[in-house]
Amino acid sequence: MPDDALLSVHDLACARGERLLFKDMNFTVGAGELLLVQGGNGQGKTSLLRLLTGLARPEAGEIRWRGEPIGKCRDLFHAEMIYLGHANGVKDDLDPIENLRFAEGLQGRAFERERAIDLLQRLGLSRCLDLPCRVLSFGQRRRVALSALLLADAKLWILDEPLTGLDVHAVALMEGLIRDHLAAGGMAVATTHQALNLEGVKVQRLLVGNVAIPEMA
Amino acid sequence: MGRFLLAVLRRDLTLAARRRGDWLIAQFFFVMVASLFPLGVGPEPNMLARIGPGVLWVAATLASLLSLSRLFSDDHHDGSLEHMVLSPEPTVLLVLGKSLAHWLIYGIPLLLIAPVLGIQFNLSWEAIFILEISLLLGTPILSLLGGVGAALTLGLRGGGVLLTLLILPLYIPALIFGAGAVDGVVAGTGAQAHLSLLGAFLVLSLMIAPWIAAAALRVSLE
Repeated sequence: MPDDALLSVHDLACARGERLLFKDMNFTVGAGELLLVQGGNGQGKTSLLRLLTGLARPEAGEIRWRGEPIGKCRDLFHAEMIYLGHANGVKDDLDPIENLRFAEGLQGRAFERERAIDLLQRLGLSRCLDLPCRVLSFGQRRRVALSALLLADAKLWILDEPLTGLDVHAVALMEGLIRDHLAAGGMAVATTHQALNLEGVKVQRLLVGNVAIPEMA
Repeated sequence: MGRFLLAVLRRDLTLAARRRGDWLIAQFFFVMVASLFPLGVGPEPNMLARIGPGVLWVAATLASLLSLSRLFSDDHHDGSLEHMVLSPEPTVLLVLGKSLAHWLIYGIPLLLIAPVLGIQFNLSWEAIFILEISLLLGTPILSLLGGVGAALTLGLRGGGVLLTLLILPLYIPALIFGAGAVDGVVAGTGAQAHLSLLGAFLVLSLMIAPWIAAAALRVSLE
């Protein structure tokens, strides 16, 4: 195992009910690297990401963070990892700033209001700062969720279809943010069906399941 | 740790303040159920004082159950529950915070309404005083044990009904000692023994329930 591999997966197997989705999966992700998880619908991409976060338990095998099984270093791992799933984790009754405030509080961190507003504006939400998220569009709510992701300053991003519902500007912005994150020594594991423009980024591709898909971007 | 607990509390209280309709339903339910009994069994004052403590306690348990099915499910639907469980802070604290918030939102108002309903049942002032103490000790038990049920039935179809069937048996001790304490005053045998047992049950639930609920939550999210 290379020294810079912060996240490593050893002989991982995942089953949903009776069905074995994958087994004997091995990979490592180091600082500055992006792991792009690819595969058709229902092949186990989301299941893999949920295993990586620790939300689900593997059928067999082990996931290690900084060389330790994630079950053993839960607090450290959770402090350095942030997960964005299909659901945004955005409360409809709260406005974007309140959403970020509670997201930070729930991670046990102090809330930096200026920085949060700055991030929301960067993601094009300056006109929605005091509106309840209920009235925002799907894409705007996704942007709120992405702001929370950025605010968290985590080392490892685990992103499940982060580009769903985003327009071309936001996709371009997101590509830039991922590049910045990796350039700053961060790392990311992401699934996406969209082609990403990630020049100058160290990308690993991982195919989940046995259905081959055409090479993207 | 303290900051996390406070964040959970503030978040749930803010959300409850934004959705006052849901909150009012539980209080109205309490008043309605308790008010149906005098209409059903007749207005005979001695009879009402006899059944009053039990009726009020049953109504309080049902009112608290009504709101429990949503303790985790709203956060589960919009994905924020996963974020909270993935927080570096312990899940036990999360569950404790959410149960505490549930008690503040749905339990405390019951305490405020109960004396008025007590008068309706012709309870003496002393009995009403003991009723308040028994509810003060008892309603946190309902929220704590309810958290276990809500975590176990999270994401299940028809989870609300299952939750009721699962949790009501666990409420029985609280119901017996809570209503028993007030009955004791009405019958003149004193309330202290019942209240002590109720307090012990509260301490027991406080020590055990958050851990079971946290484990159940992890299983339900898998």
